[in-house]
Amino acid sequence: MVGEGILKGMAETARNFFGSFVSKDRLTTVQYPEQRELRIEAARDFPFLVYDGADWHQGMRCVACQICEKECPPKCIFIEKSKDKKPDANGKPQFYPAVFNIDISVCMSCQICVEVCPFDAIKMDVDYDLSTDDRFGGLLLNKQRLSKSNEYYRKIHPTEASAVDARLAGERARQEAKAKTAAEARLTTTAVQPASGEPR
Amino acid sequence: MNLEAIKSEIEANVPGCRLELVANPSPSGQHSLRTGAEHAVAVAVYLRDAEDLRFDFCSNVTGIDWPSREVSEKVKVRKLVDGVEQEVEEIRKTTLAGSLEVVYHLFSVEKKHGPIVLRMRTEDRDSGVHLPSLTPVWRSAELQEREVFDLFGVVFDGHPDLRRLLMWPSFTDHPMRRDYVGPDDYEYEPTAHDEVLRRAQQHRSEADETQLGEAEGR
Amino acid sequence: MSTATLPTAHFDLEPMTGPSKEQLLELSMGPQHPSTHGVFRMKVVLDGERVVRLKPVFGYLHRNHEKIAESETYLGSMPYTDRLDYMCSITNNWAYALAVEKLAGIQVPERAEYLRVITGELTRLQNHACLIGFLMQDMGSSGTPLMYAFREREKILDLFEALTGARMMCNYMRFGGCRVDLPDGWLDQAKKVVADFPRFLDEYEQLLVSNEILMERTQDVGVLSRELAVSAGISGPMARASGVDYDIRKVDHYSIYDRFTFRVPLGSHGDVYDRFMVRLLEMRESVSILEQAMRAVPAGPIVDPKMKIRGFRPKPGEAYGRIEAPKGELGFYLVSDGSPNPYRYRVRPPSLINLTVLEDLCLGRNVADIVAILGSIDIVLGEVDR
Repeated sequence: MVGEGILKGMAETARNFFGSFVSKDRLTTVQYPEQRELRIEAARDFPFLVYDGADWHQGMRCVACQICEKECPPKCIFIEKSKDKKPDANGKPQFYPAVFNIDISVCMSCQICVEVCPFDAIKMDVDYDLSTDDRFGGLLLNKQRLSKSNEYYRKIHPTEASAVDARLAGERARQEAKAKTAAEARLTTTAVQPASGEPR
Repeated sequence: MNLEAIKSEIEANVPGCRLELVANPSPSGQHSLRTGAEHAVAVAVYLRDAEDLRFDFCSNVTGIDWPSREVSEKVKVRKLVDGVEQEVEEIRKTTLAGSLEVVYHLFSVEKKHGPIVLRMRTEDRDSGVHLPSLTPVWRSAELQEREVFDLFGVVFDGHPDLRRLLMWPSFTDHPMRRDYVGPDDYEYEPTAHDEVLRRAQQHRSEADETQLGEAEGR
Repeated sequence: MSTATLPTAHFDLEPMTGPSKEQLLELSMGPQHPSTHGVFRMKVVLDGERVVRLKPVFGYLHRNHEKIAESETYLGSMPYTDRLDYMCSITNNWAYALAVEKLAGIQVPERAEYLRVITGELTRLQNHACLIGFLMQDMGSSGTPLMYAFREREKILDLFEALTGARMMCNYMRFGGCRVDLPDGWLDQAKKVVADFPRFLDEYEQLLVSNEILMERTQDVGVLSRELAVSAGISGPMARASGVDYDIRKVDHYSIYDRFTFRVPLGSHGDVYDRFMVRLLEMRESVSILEQAMRAVPAGPIVDPKMKIRGFRPKPGEAYGRIEAPKGELGFYLVSDGSPNPYRYRVRPPSLINLTVLEDLCLGRNVADIVAILGSIDIVLGEVDR
């Protein structure tokens, strides 16, 4: 019969149409922006800098090693190292970035900066509502706009953040244990040494 | 598939041709055969049609730019130093001429073997850039040789339709060459401003001046 | 290529014998066109509705990716390869990683190979779904088959987002393995998506395969002969629809494809209908490969432990690595001179080379057939122009 194939196809379309009233997987439209889809945990958009504690400047993990700047493929990161040092989470004085700019109109969200950072200082954010009406500076994020707290990081990427926290806590514990054994070793050696001029 | 055996087979069957086996130091083991320009088409036809080879699928045509470079080597030379003849080490510099190279990767659909890598070099990078086109042998070289012409400047003699592929027709340079200097008056922004606008206006006025000069017959 | 006999269409227009030059119309199916799959221009010379000449114009999306790669490190080019054939970023990454592994002699652990095959075949599924949807859309079916195909594609893109962080620009492969391991529950979700896929294929086949309009518009349209296909370097489903039995997964034995049993569908006519059907059948074979692979993923490292991310300098030499990408043979040719940047980096684009025969296929056909033929070649301009 002429048109038989078309009729078979239309039966298929009818099945989809009426089926969308009864079954969820045939009705897939999400009425954005009133409805939003569940955000997938691993999603990545643009980088941000992580800080520990309450003060974004004091607790920033970044030590301005500039590895992310060198490895970034489109060269969208611009870092200037500071001249002085400030103590990091372990108390050790480190350099910090005086200027840290990312041009997110150039950034292609490849995540290579995250992979190469040895200090877990830069991670991927999930915010994409970043449009602005300033074409020439509005998409250049500076250090302050980029800094977000570790609590925020735990909220957006729970599994990743807990793994990073565990690793950093383990390192801190190892450092403290090393410092303690070094201090104990110094104490015992000074106890053995006689004070000058005193008879044993 | 032994490349030495294939080389001797081709040299035996294509009169006058001389192939050079170029070793590939990487672990991939893909050594190549370099052929001269005069016998390239005959070698290609033999590779395509020989019963045991049947390389009927030209997969990839690449251009490579080897700019001229200086090599310095230490040479021991007898020279007069303070009246006494001694052997002295001297640094001698020679300039290796640059050339453009075209590399063909060939596979066989019928016999399912490959790849064979075929190479050709031009004489130099300025005027001696003619090479025979292998498009009459493998049709897949048609667009790829056009691209090598566009981006490197190799002129393929015998190509049915040699014109630029990716750049616009009135473009004059060859972008993939190692000494290509890109334009400095563009920016990521669609509307030029500040420094970029100044440079663009300068280029435009220079172009107007040369056009005016040509019109006046200067 | 001679066109001695002009095939006649079903709906006959009065053929003009010997058109004079004034009666020919030059039509520019210009860079902005809803059916050219990107910024692609074709200068078509028409005699009434019949195509007399067709010259494609390339370069509207030329970004000189090959030159950028000469100033980037090997790893830095990996995100750029995502953007070549932007529908199938994972297979682009895979081809590049394969070429670098050939160049430097890097081994890939077994779990990484399984992950590569799983993500690669998922990419093939979503690419073919996208293609058959768009082919129907270009032929005027106003979106219904397209949206059915995209419904399935969305499920696969959600899988990619859960694994790699991005739907399309995945940046998933590294030299010697993959970037990130499977999160919890991903394999179960993937098994569910793959188990539901054959139902979509059955529905799609019922919707379209015996549809008279589709058959009239695609059977015996754009017939590509076997000899021309091999000579013109056509690869992938387009060549197999013309009867060329060449699937790089079977020929090169790359990765672990030898462990899976799958068939290679071949067409016999080489027309648009065959190219459409070959892709439908390939999707079924991909589902079979996925089922076999997901049953047997071993534990282990996902990247070669000796590979470091920074400071990768392969020894001087060159290598050509290729895979069976969804569009054809995607190859990367790398020349290294011992420095961290490649000396020459070349992408062998299947879409560009498959377009070699566009004029041959379209000569003598109507303008409407150009759209169907172009759609069946499956081009993505990111790859054509790089």
